[in-house]
Amino acid sequence: MNPPAAYTRVAVVLHWLVALAIFCAFPLGMYMHELPLSPTKLQLYSYHKWLGISALLLVAMRLAWRMGHRPPPLLPGMPRWQEIAAHATHHSLYLLLLAIPLSGWLMSSALGFSVVWFGVIPLPDLVGKDKQLGELLKDVHATLNFTMLALILVHAAAAIKHHVFEHDGTLARMLPFLKVGPRP
Amino acid sequence: MKRLLFALVMSTQAVGTAVAAEFNAVLLDKSSVSFVSKQMGVPVEGRFKTFAAQISLDTSKPESGKAQIEIELASIDAGSSDANDEAKGKAWFNIREFPGAKFVSSGIRSIGNGRYEAAGKMTIKGKTRDVVAPFSTKTDGGQLLIDGAIPILRLQYGIGGGAWADTGTVADEVQVRFRFTLATKK
Repeated sequence: MNPPAAYTRVAVVLHWLVALAIFCAFPLGMYMHELPLSPTKLQLYSYHKWLGISALLLVAMRLAWRMGHRPPPLLPGMPRWQEIAAHATHHSLYLLLLAIPLSGWLMSSALGFSVVWFGVIPLPDLVGKDKQLGELLKDVHATLNFTMLALILVHAAAAIKHHVFEHDGTLARMLPFLKVGPRP
Repeated sequence: MKRLLFALVMSTQAVGTAVAAEFNAVLLDKSSVSFVSKQMGVPVEGRFKTFAAQISLDTSKPESGKAQIEIELASIDAGSSDANDEAKGKAWFNIREFPGAKFVSSGIRSIGNGRYEAAGKMTIKGKTRDVVAPFSTKTDGGQLLIDGAIPILRLQYGIGGGAWADTGTVADEVQVRFRFTLATKK
């Protein structure tokens, strides 16, 4: 069987939905935890949790989809170290995409503020109420997030570098409307 | 004469205790007052660490029962230090002016199946409202366990005013839950 030449439309849509969820949830998380207690703060925390659980589901869907629809191989002609770096970044990002919402969910359980998805679907508490564990998970959640931020910057910078400097189709595979320009 | 009267009073009391088994001594270390509020649809539990309670109850004649519960609002544990500070502030309990909340029963009746209802007056923030507290009892090792809840509407007492008055964020209804362990003798 030949490897697929392109990402499926579903894979592309899911990629960008997860990206959108991160783009909203990350700054929201940064902003909300500094706020003094107010109804707004409670609302923002809920929105953040809803986004996080949505992202977790989207990531689970991506992984399930990926099982049945293998992604296309990297474009030929890349140096070996770049191939290794690309795979390492992708795998680490998937790991973080699972670990980050899970750490948030765990933290919510430990701090005694359960997650009710969209205010409708109550999620079970993953651990019992434990303030110390909750504080530890807060640090874990933040550290994982900053690690993800660094990796996303590497991921995006590499994609842009491929598009702008190498003029190959790497970025266009995830942005189908993008035209690959001719080499100058 | 005085001595005879004293003896008479003592003996009726002794008989009364033996027949009626009235529980009237609240064991505070085996009792709790907690509450559940809904924030953005999420039930959040809290509790009051300090309270006083005088309760007398004979389950064979609950009508003669009485309860008076006083809660020290400063002892609130609402789940985080932020929430505790906020709860003590003006918009919520305003504990500087109103340090305590109080429930005084006006009547207790059986509603069957080991369940009872205590009607009474709840006073919070200087506002008194009629409430009904359903509860159940069971005896365990010569002690009476009382387990029940008082549903209150926080806005009726002006709890959580200003921006907090929006019940879409914090629901109006709050369940105040109580568990008391009573012994027979004081």
